[in-house]
Amino acid sequence: MENQKSFTISVYTENNIGLLNRVSSIFLKRHINIESLTASQSEIEHVNRFVIVSTMTATQAEKIVKQLEKQIEVIRAYYHTDEETIYQETALFKVASDSLFDERQIQNIIKDSHANIVTVSREFFVIEKTGRRHETEQLYQDLKPYKLMQFVRSGRISVTKEPMNISEMLAAF
Amino acid sequence: METQTQTQTETKAKHQKMQHISGAEAVIQCLLAEGVDLLYGYPGGAIMPIYDELYKYQDQLQHVLVRHEQGATHAAQGYARVTGKVGVAMATSGPGATNLVTGIADAQIDSTPMVCITGQVGKHLLGSDAFQETDIVGISTPVTKWNYQVTEASEIPEVLAKAFYIARSGRPGPVLIDITKNAQFETFDFEYQKCTSIRSYKAVPDVDKKQLLDAVELINAAKKPMIIFGQGVILGEAEKEFKTFIEKTGIPSAWTILGLSALESKHPLNVGMVGMHGNYGPNKLTNECDVLIAIGMRFDDRVTGDLSRYAKQAKVVHFDIDPAEIDKNVKTDVAVLGNSKETLTKMLPLVHENSHESWLKEFRDYDAIEFDKVIKDELYPTKEGITMGEVLKEINQVTKGKAVIVSDVGQHQMVTCRYAEFNQTKSSITSGGLGTMGFALPAAIGAKMGAPEREVIAIIGDGGYQMTIQELGTIFQTKAAVKIVVLNNEFLGMVRQWQQLFFDKRYASTEMTNPDFVTIAKGYHIDGQRVTKRENLTSAIQEMIASKDSYFLEVCVEKENNVFPMIPTGASVSDIRLS
Repeated sequence: MENQKSFTISVYTENNIGLLNRVSSIFLKRHINIESLTASQSEIEHVNRFVIVSTMTATQAEKIVKQLEKQIEVIRAYYHTDEETIYQETALFKVASDSLFDERQIQNIIKDSHANIVTVSREFFVIEKTGRRHETEQLYQDLKPYKLMQFVRSGRISVTKEPMNISEMLAAF
Repeated sequence: METQTQTQTETKAKHQKMQHISGAEAVIQCLLAEGVDLLYGYPGGAIMPIYDELYKYQDQLQHVLVRHEQGATHAAQGYARVTGKVGVAMATSGPGATNLVTGIADAQIDSTPMVCITGQVGKHLLGSDAFQETDIVGISTPVTKWNYQVTEASEIPEVLAKAFYIARSGRPGPVLIDITKNAQFETFDFEYQKCTSIRSYKAVPDVDKKQLLDAVELINAAKKPMIIFGQGVILGEAEKEFKTFIEKTGIPSAWTILGLSALESKHPLNVGMVGMHGNYGPNKLTNECDVLIAIGMRFDDRVTGDLSRYAKQAKVVHFDIDPAEIDKNVKTDVAVLGNSKETLTKMLPLVHENSHESWLKEFRDYDAIEFDKVIKDELYPTKEGITMGEVLKEINQVTKGKAVIVSDVGQHQMVTCRYAEFNQTKSSITSGGLGTMGFALPAAIGAKMGAPEREVIAIIGDGGYQMTIQELGTIFQTKAAVKIVVLNNEFLGMVRQWQQLFFDKRYASTEMTNPDFVTIAKGYHIDGQRVTKRENLTSAIQEMIASKDSYFLEVCVEKENNVFPMIPTGASVSDIRLS
């Protein structure tokens, strides 16, 4: 049996309604779970980029990418292993303000984790941490005992170590 | 002079007036610009403005009123498959749209060019759970090549131009365009331009010269080469090139169910069908050939059986237009992307003239075994009951391979594809990938309208017939001279066969108590008869073919016959059973 591992699938598409549905349906049809998905504009005007993280075999990743590329409005799709990409996630932590003053330990946690304080109000303050999953996860574990009011983590965003010359590929169509 | 200027001004004004039209009229103008002269559909609230325009344009554009929207898609498919043109189906929102889904899925898996147009509630009502509102774009996404919701009239020309381009180019497929009612009513300045390219879509991949040369090298060096060809040969209109190619190389050629009729049945290099109920030789020898050449086919599981024991000894060369098909099921040694016509044309001067007599004889030897063990009893039965095979044999006698044969899904479909003879391409129309029971009757209507000069015979089981039997109404109303043969064994035969072989004869819900089919046909003023005895079969078939109008023939066949050969699920192609 071929090993399963984490793949980052990048999909460059036209910016059209309904494409998210079309892209995700390809995973659904093959019963593959999407662990995270982000969509944003890319380095090219009017071209969107989906970054999807999923666990599967390399063969599955290769087939999924072919199926994605087959979609009319998909310009190009790639799959990469974690080692081939530079990737980050962002997490936000909303903590009750009183705990900042009552629990001096929180200040140390923030300092040690190199997290940023985004906003402070009478009731709460918000900490932001960008990094790998284990870093945001560590901060979550550290802050959990201190009245964590809300926690959210973004999907992975990544760029590849190798160049991806999408503009040239676009011209080739 | 004055009169002339006046006329010019009038013409100009008229011209300008003509261009400023409603979205609904624009839809019709787009269809006309794409060469559509026939479409299938069913009206309803959300598509009424377009139907109103169809009424005005009925001289130029024939609308065929089906009896259920599913019938519209299958008729459009039948039309597309027989003509090679894009079939068009139209329906209203909600249930009208959802009823199209089966046909769309069928067209998607069988690569049939089709454009479906659905009405939708007004833009201001979207998402309000309005009457007959359904998210058909969401529903149809996984089964369409492309789909799009139009909410403004001004989008219509560009979107419909794209729809037709996408449906027919590259590997063809279904496209659904959903048009909100407000967009049908709105007026705008209409101008139509055909679509010839889309920047994110490469319809036909370029042929890679190195891959082509690698393929040629393998083919030229092969001692026991075998070709399996599929619908790609028909869709690429490469039948002539394909025939020249096999005649030069002398390579035995087998077909998938959708490749049927691309090469005439009696061609000496035609070695029959591969797959679950295919012929003995090509299945057995798939696991003995040294080079397996796949042309425009996709290694469906019904073709390959157990993949871990499929052609492992062979080098596999795969020609296909769709990059996603390469290495999807069978790992290839050489893959050549491109349109079949182009690749075959480019390969032809490079391949060596050859013949593989002793290798071909191996196929013929297996044929002899298959004839003895299976075919003889099917075509020349000695028992009392009529077999499905002998019905096909009798039809062949009369049609001489010239008819379009439309088959439904099940035992009769396998028998039809095994025994019907063809000497013309685009002549076998069946639901291959999806296996849609109920496909044949409406598909035959579309086929007859696409090829009115040809004899079109629908061969259907008693189960599938009742899934779309209402389309007899369409036949009656349009006078489409479709010949209908129902092979009645009073069972859902293929399921029953599996129950017999793999479920200890527990016939769960497969026995059918059927109505009087001849009387039903007569209710639609379709003449017909029922045959229960062998001695009446030939004359009944002759009478059916001689009829200028539609004709219904019910043949009561042996109830518990099985289709053989058979590769049981999970078995290897070499484990094909003869009984």
